[in-house]
Amino acid sequence: MTMLKTLAPYEFKSSDALENYKGKQLLYVNWERHRMFSRPFVLALPPETPFSVIIDQYMTDCFSYHPDWKQIDWSTVVWQNGNTPFTPDRNKSLKENGISHKDLIRFRTPGLDGIAGTGY
Amino acid sequence: MDMKVAKKLGLKERYSLMTRDLAWDTTFQKMEDVFPQTTYEGIKIHDWDKWEDPFRLTMDAYWKYQSEKERKLYAILDGFNQNNGHLSVTDARYMNVLKLFLGSTPPLELMAARGFSMMGRQMNGAGPRVACQMQAVDEYRHFQTQIHSISNYNKYYNGMDEFAHQQSRMWYLSDGKSFFDDAITAGPFEFMVAIGFAFEYVLTNILFVPFISGAAYNGDMAAMTVGFSAQSDEARHMTLGLECIKFMLEQDPDNLPIVQRWIDKWTWRGTRKLASVGMMMDYMLPKRIMSFKEAWEMYVEDNGGSLFKDLARYGITIPKCFGQTIEEKEHVTHQSWIGFYMKPEATPFHTWIPSPDEMDWLSEKYPNTFDKYYRPVLEHLDAQEKAGNRYNNKTQPMNCQVCVSTMKFNEPGDPMEMCFRESEYQGEKFHTCSDHCKEIFDNEPEKYIQTFISSHQALQGNCEPDGVDVNAPDYKPGSQMLDYWKLDKRATGDFNGSDDQKNFAAWREQATKN
Repeated sequence: MTMLKTLAPYEFKSSDALENYKGKQLLYVNWERHRMFSRPFVLALPPETPFSVIIDQYMTDCFSYHPDWKQIDWSTVVWQNGNTPFTPDRNKSLKENGISHKDLIRFRTPGLDGIAGTGY
Repeated sequence: MDMKVAKKLGLKERYSLMTRDLAWDTTFQKMEDVFPQTTYEGIKIHDWDKWEDPFRLTMDAYWKYQSEKERKLYAILDGFNQNNGHLSVTDARYMNVLKLFLGSTPPLELMAARGFSMMGRQMNGAGPRVACQMQAVDEYRHFQTQIHSISNYNKYYNGMDEFAHQQSRMWYLSDGKSFFDDAITAGPFEFMVAIGFAFEYVLTNILFVPFISGAAYNGDMAAMTVGFSAQSDEARHMTLGLECIKFMLEQDPDNLPIVQRWIDKWTWRGTRKLASVGMMMDYMLPKRIMSFKEAWEMYVEDNGGSLFKDLARYGITIPKCFGQTIEEKEHVTHQSWIGFYMKPEATPFHTWIPSPDEMDWLSEKYPNTFDKYYRPVLEHLDAQEKAGNRYNNKTQPMNCQVCVSTMKFNEPGDPMEMCFRESEYQGEKFHTCSDHCKEIFDNEPEKYIQTFISSHQALQGNCEPDGVDVNAPDYKPGSQMLDYWKLDKRATGDFNGSDDQKNFAAWREQATKN
């Protein structure tokens, strides 16, 4: 329940409503326990984008600077969409993987805890 | 016959004549129609005459004090500038503190001036109205003097000339913009708590006392003079904010839960805004005076703690976030600096890895955290930079919907985990960086769904310089953000090898030879 008190009706649209992205949707990606990146990155992509593009292109571009990247055993990676566990299908699209506007994809790489085990 | 001389007015009478006596009750219009904003937040005021102006300052005394301060200030600035003061600082790295300060502080002082002008109109008691007007003038003066004090440096160093353009556009200035947008679009009483309490008490104490002492330690007489000149006003502003809180609490018991919520909210918002000031103290001052952690303990835990003890008699409790701020004081400055270091092309100031002796200082000041969590990362980044593989993260960041900080804070209790919170409003997801930002969002989602988030706006095609066709087939959103920001490329990247570093060394050499 809102506690916002105003003198007149107060209705504004969200600055990030899906319709503002011209057929694309926002997607956040975070590598857990690798805070050197300090923040998840955000992309605007068509919902038809295959998940393999997220891994092979966008995640690789951002995260491959980290020495842990090459050591990832992809069969052990644990994925979450927000706080919900899920298993992405590389060959299916964002939409087919159930990933919607402004979802935060988090992935953990067991045994890899960043530079000298700092979580960075 | 003796001349009859009228007795000089006492302070109390003068104050009464020059403030309370200037007000009147309206007759043609209802008072509630003239001052509609003082009731809609739910705050109940029964007797405006119970307002006790803590300084009993009148306009005529105010002009006299302020003009005296102004004359001293500009005399010192002139002397400093004529004596090539820009070469007397410890190290040209120091300039980057001023660049960050310039973008983040004077524009907020201007917003405060606008806010207090509005509140001076909205308060229907003469006491607070006059006090708000004087604070509005103070804030305008701070805005001007801060810019004047830095203008001399702008002649010599890069990256200082577009701060006004950048303030409402650049990603790292969005936290301050959002703080003031939130405050100025609130009701008048919330604004008084937001600025009079959180901004003045939580923020300016640390900004204008330990940080500005740091400026003095580093040889910057200009910033030091401005800071000390401003801080005597800030003391008055804090007292005004506190008086407003006490006044609301004494007027009606129904005001307590509303005021408590504002205190909880704005203490947290002030804390988030302080992360960058802390980073300036711990990482950016070449000669350090005290750590952010020590400043936090002295100014917030001790001073702020006793303030809350004082308010406890009204039923006010310590803000909910207090425990988390005590935990975070060990971490935020390191997390912030690494955050800035990773974006070398996206700020109009330079970054660097602290030298070995600076890291030792950080170890000493942060024995619980620095060596365990942050030193290995900084040393790794340093080794990479020296090997020609400097870290440069070119992605767009995720930001908190409320404080607009980039998501970089850890989960309370676990420094290795990132903290994420999520809310849903009208079918859309909104992400926040902490329980406290989530609570602020959930209380008033209508406000925060409008937040300006630089990365999102870029992806919508709203951050381009004039003339870019966002409908062209080869258009890439955000690809020309640096031009949109009017970023001086000479001011970006590493300090080592920069123009500022080279010029400073060359000019100092000249200054000591014939």
